[in-house]
Amino acid sequence: MNVSDSFKDPELCKKLLEQLHNELDAPLRFMEVCGTHTVAIFQSGLRPLLPKEIVHLSGPGCPVCVTHESEVAAFLDLAGKDGVILATFGDLMRVPGPKGRNLKLAQAEGARIEIVYSPLDALKLAQNNPNDTVVFLGVGFETTAPTIAASIMMAKQQNIKNFKVLSFHKMVPPALKVLLEDPECAVDAFLLPGHVSTILGMEPYHFVAETYNTPGVITGFDPVDILQSLLIMVEQRKTGKASIVNQYKRAVSDSGNAKAREIMFSVFDVAEAQWRGVGTIPDSGLIFKDEYEEFDALKALNITLRDVPQTPGCKCGEVLKGKMQPNECPLFAKACTPAKPVGPCMVSTEGSCAAYFKYQVTA
Amino acid sequence: MSESTLLLDHGSGGMASNRLIGDLFFKHFGNPILNEMNDAALLNITGPITMSTDSYTVDPIFFSGGSIGTLAVHGTVNDVAMLGAKPRYLSCGFILEEGLDMSTLEKIVIEMAEAAKEADVLIVTGDTKVVPRGCVDKIFINTTGIGELILPEATSGAHAKPGDAILVSGTMGDHGLTVLSNREGLNFATDVKSDSAPLNHIVAALINEIGDIHVLRDPTRGGLATTLNEIAGQSNVTMNIVESQVPVRESVRNGCSFLGLDPFYLANEGKLICILPQEKAEAALTLMRSLKYGEEAVQVGTVLDPENAPGKPGQVVLETPLGGHRLLNMLEGEQLPRIC
Repeated sequence: MNVSDSFKDPELCKKLLEQLHNELDAPLRFMEVCGTHTVAIFQSGLRPLLPKEIVHLSGPGCPVCVTHESEVAAFLDLAGKDGVILATFGDLMRVPGPKGRNLKLAQAEGARIEIVYSPLDALKLAQNNPNDTVVFLGVGFETTAPTIAASIMMAKQQNIKNFKVLSFHKMVPPALKVLLEDPECAVDAFLLPGHVSTILGMEPYHFVAETYNTPGVITGFDPVDILQSLLIMVEQRKTGKASIVNQYKRAVSDSGNAKAREIMFSVFDVAEAQWRGVGTIPDSGLIFKDEYEEFDALKALNITLRDVPQTPGCKCGEVLKGKMQPNECPLFAKACTPAKPVGPCMVSTEGSCAAYFKYQVTA
Repeated sequence: MSESTLLLDHGSGGMASNRLIGDLFFKHFGNPILNEMNDAALLNITGPITMSTDSYTVDPIFFSGGSIGTLAVHGTVNDVAMLGAKPRYLSCGFILEEGLDMSTLEKIVIEMAEAAKEADVLIVTGDTKVVPRGCVDKIFINTTGIGELILPEATSGAHAKPGDAILVSGTMGDHGLTVLSNREGLNFATDVKSDSAPLNHIVAALINEIGDIHVLRDPTRGGLATTLNEIAGQSNVTMNIVESQVPVRESVRNGCSFLGLDPFYLANEGKLICILPQEKAEAALTLMRSLKYGEEAVQVGTVLDPENAPGKPGQVVLETPLGGHRLLNMLEGEQLPRIC
């Protein structure tokens, strides 16, 4: 058995589950901040095996889900503009914008949209199409922002003028602060995001435990990771002393990736950002520094984010704040399905509504 | 071929067309029926027959383990075979882009001829159109196949019964990940290759030597998950699939993990699902494993009576290694790589 398999080992999981059932002495409401955790819990079939007293809440950690309506509208405004090629990760193609339009539909109507696997592919696209402007849709958290920043630095070094980025990046720790300060927030502990933490390390989360006395465990995506993390949460609650624990040491160093942060903050400054369903959060977004502003698609293409009315009835915001389970939304599986999503939580591969719809055994 | 580039002239019906047909298609596909050169092929076939058609538009046209040509033969041969038939004849229609390199076309035609020979089918009629540059992406191929039913009653997706075993002939997702990684130049997946292969010989052996085959299906687009859902729906049964039993190559698993894709939804072009009574499963597996393209055959699950199963009629439930259950749903749209 290799190292990676050992974190899926059914026998070990069985023991950890037993331990969890034995040691749980009160209901535990934990929030998996990251959408990939949501999917991992469903995919592994762990959910029905956990003690019933454990309630898992989704968090604001799916980058597609928290992309604000006005930002989605900006993508759609850009799609089809003369001389513009949009380059995007695949997740964004089906996210509904105003009047239910999405990039898939725009593409079918003639917009030039390329799905790429890395921002460097978008840079290549710009080099191969010198007469067009290639706009990369910069959506994501601290995980993706450094590579996007690196592509911008490369564009500057190579003097590639027709490459632009819409920077709609979001940063995770400020969103946790908003949740913790919400009087309705009923989170006992946080399952902290593994991917984001490879960049951030532990330091940006310490306030969760120190200021709000709430445990947080940085963890991976295998069942053993998740079960060990739940046991750490239960243990911390018993002792009454909250702290941040790095359970995912095989991928996340305690200090994170300093080089990646350096690249990210060479290109971007921290600014407020709008989060779908959550609102405006100070210091949670990334905007271009002056020396890189020539690559800012907002400025280069003169785009203004416009007010877009919220979709009536969509409770994605409540789901993202852990105040509602996806299947409690009145639209869930009725007006809102993966075939016809009303909100992004139903369309993103990491969306909690999509996971509920996709993986739940219904009888 | 004396000419090196395909021109609109080659689709004109005149001398250039004749040269193309003679120097390329007849040269490689030639057989007594095709060589008659009539408007239609005169076939010696006894009914009942099965018939299937498919159009192939893959990008890139050459990939590790195959090409659009091998796919065009294997895909239709396999579809014809999945009703429990012996594929006999194929038609072949080409829509070609002006400017296509003639050596590329010849390579594809040679691969098709070799694939047809291995599958023991004849390409008996065809058509070629050349369209202006930009109207088609290099080459599209349509093949139609017909075959003779081996059994009096065809297998069908509606014949799965509670208590049946669900077998697959090998690993899942190889073709889908190969095409994706070749298209995008993703170098993490250098050792994956398409499983494109003819399955009719396995089908004939299963029918002749095992018998009582209820369902045969090749899980192409939409992969294993989608195909099982289709069968579960047609048969109005629940299926229990044991996740740890479904064979997936390590390289495919890792590639999928990197891209946020699920190998259960990736296309296969050389694998079949066979559903038959549980008491015949071991013999069927032994037989498949003794045949080319069936060496890695395994039982992946069981058909259940919805009355006594997790899940509703028509649902496919996945039993995870932890012993939990979750739905294995049909895919909505195409799989798209995720952000993080």
